[in-house]
Amino acid sequence: MAMLEATRVRLAGDRSHIGRRLAALLFLLLVVMSLLSLGHGASGVSATQMLLDWLAGREPAQVDRIIMYSIRLPRLLTGLLVGAALAVSGAMMQGLFRNPLADPGLLGVSAGASLGAISAIVLGGALPPAIAVLTGWHLVPIAAFAGSWVAMFTLYGIATRQGRTSVATMLLAGIAMSAMIAALSGLIIYRADDQQLRDLTFWSLGSLAGASWTKIAVAGPVIALALALSPLLARGLNGLALGEAAAAHVGLHVQRVKTAAILITAAATGASVAIAGAIGFVGIVVPHLLRLISGPDHRWLLVNSALLGASTLLAADMVSRTIVAPAELPIGIITALIGGPFFLWVLLSNRRVLDA
Amino acid sequence: MSLIARDIRLKLGRSQILHGLDLTAQAGRLTAIIGPNGSGKTSLLRALTREYLPDSGSITLNGRDIAGLRPEVLATTRAVLPQHTVLSFPFTAAEIIRIGLTAQVDSGRDRLIEAALAKVGLPGYGGRLYQELSGGEQQRVQLARVLVQVWHPVGRGGPCWLFLDEPVSSLDIAHQISVMELAADYARQGGGVVAVMHDLNLTAMFADHVLLMRDGRSLAEGPPAEVLTDNLLSTAYGCRLRVNHTPPGGVWILPQAVAVGMAERV
Repeated sequence: MAMLEATRVRLAGDRSHIGRRLAALLFLLLVVMSLLSLGHGASGVSATQMLLDWLAGREPAQVDRIIMYSIRLPRLLTGLLVGAALAVSGAMMQGLFRNPLADPGLLGVSAGASLGAISAIVLGGALPPAIAVLTGWHLVPIAAFAGSWVAMFTLYGIATRQGRTSVATMLLAGIAMSAMIAALSGLIIYRADDQQLRDLTFWSLGSLAGASWTKIAVAGPVIALALALSPLLARGLNGLALGEAAAAHVGLHVQRVKTAAILITAAATGASVAIAGAIGFVGIVVPHLLRLISGPDHRWLLVNSALLGASTLLAADMVSRTIVAPAELPIGIITALIGGPFFLWVLLSNRRVLDA
Repeated sequence: MSLIARDIRLKLGRSQILHGLDLTAQAGRLTAIIGPNGSGKTSLLRALTREYLPDSGSITLNGRDIAGLRPEVLATTRAVLPQHTVLSFPFTAAEIIRIGLTAQVDSGRDRLIEAALAKVGLPGYGGRLYQELSGGEQQRVQLARVLVQVWHPVGRGGPCWLFLDEPVSSLDIAHQISVMELAADYARQGGGVVAVMHDLNLTAMFADHVLLMRDGRSLAEGPPAEVLTDNLLSTAYGCRLRVNHTPPGGVWILPQAVAVGMAERV
C-alpha cells in the first residue's frame, strides 16, 4: 500500500503538495514563535518553565501568573490575530486587484481608521462626560474601526454601478479619497497638543503594547470570522487571476467574490488597525514570499499567509521589545525596517519572473 | 440543439456596436464569424457569452435563454477562449488549466489536465511557468483550460459549446491547422463551436457555417461556398477580392497545402 501511494504519479506543475507541507512547517514555526513570545519580556518568567511547573502540580508564583495572564497572553493573541489578519488581507487584495503590490490601504481602510483614531485622540476630550465614561479608553479603537468601515463603504459605493464593482475605479477613487481623508486628518492634527501628538505617532506606527483582553474580546471575533471565511474565496481569487470575464466564464459569481473579498478585508484590517495601529509591510511581504515558494494558488496561499503573518508579527514584536529595552519601539518601525529591504531584495532577485 | 441569437443590439459608451444581429449556430458544426477589423465580431462573441449584456434581443443556448442561467450552470455547457489573457501571478500551465475545472464538482482530475495539454500539442508542459511560455504556447495553454471545462462534446444536458475568439491568431501555420482540426473534431463529435476568425483560408477549410459582418450588421450568413464570394467579400472588406484565383507568379502558400493529419504530428 505504501509503495502504491509513493509511486502515484504527481501532476507536473501542481504545487499543492508544496503548499500542504509548507502549511505544516509554518504551523510548527508558529507554535515555536508563540512559546518564545510568551517567554519574552521585561521579567524573567519562562513560559516553558511555568508549563512544566504546572504539569508537575507546582503552583506558579502569583506575580508570574499575573504577568503571564494579563500581559503576555493578550499580547501574544493580539499578535497572532493582527499578523494573520494583515497577511491574509494583503493576499486577498493582491488577488482582487491582480497586483502583487496591492494592500488593504487601497480600500481606504487604513486612511479611514487613521482619521477615526486621530479624531478620537484629539477631539475625544470634547465629548460629553456621560459618553466619555461609556466609551472610556475604548474610544480610539472603536473610532478607528468605524472610520475604516465608513471609508470602505463610501469607496465601494462610488465604484459600484448597476451591481458591478469596477476594480479600476476603486483603485483610483481610493487614491483620491485617501488624499482627502489625509487632509482632514492633518487639519485635526493641527489642533493637537504635545501629549496627543505623541499618542498619535505611537498609534500611527503600530504597537502591540496596548494589548488587553477587552480589546481582544472586541476585535478577536471579527478577525477570527474573517479568517475563517477567507479560504472560501480561494477558487474565486484563482479565477480572477485570468481577468473578470474569464472568471465568470469558468462559472464564478464574480461580483460575489469581489464583494466578499472587500468585506472580509475591511473587517480584518479595520479590526487589527483598531487594536494595534497601522502596521505596514506584513501584508505585502508575507504573501509575496509564499508565492515564490509554493506558487500563487490561493487554496494554500491564504492559509499559509495567516500562519506566516502571525509568526512574522510575533518576531517583529519581540525585536521591538528588546532593541531599546526597557523601552519599546513601535512595531511598525521594525516591520518597515526589516520588511522594506527584504522586499527590495526579493523584487530584485526575482525580476525576471515578476516582469514576465 | 443550437445557439440562436435574435436581433442583438449593443451600445458601448456612445457608439452603437451591433445593429440587430441574428445568428444561428448548430451543434455539430463549426460556425465562423468573419469580417473586417472593427466590424463587431468580438463584441458579438462577448454578447453571446454574456460578457457584454445586449441592450435588446434574445440569446438561447440549447433552447434555454442564457440570461436566466447562473454562471456555474452556464460554465458546464460552454467555455470561452478570449483573444488574449494577461496573467497577474506566476501560475504554472497545469495550475492555469485547473482553473478551467472550477465549475466541476470533482476538480481534482489531474489526468484530464495532462490529456488536454497533450491535445493542444504541449505534452509535459504542466510544470512550465505560464509567463515563460511563448505567445503561441500561452494561447494553447488557455485552449487546454477551455477544453477541460467542457471536455465531452456532448454532455448529460445536451451538446457543449466552445466559443473561440481568434483561436489561431498567434500560432504558426502547423499549429493553426492542428488547433482548427481540434475545433472541427469537437464539432464532428456533436459539440458546438463558434469561432471569430481572421484567416479566410482557414475559414474556408474548416467552417461549416459562416457569418460575415460589417459595421455591426450581418452581410451574409450561410455555408462557406455561399458567403465566401467575390462580391460579398469585396463589399465587406472594402477592397477587391477574388476567390479561387491563383496569382500568376511569385511565391504563395496556402494552408490548404498542409498535409491533412497535421495534428498527429504535433
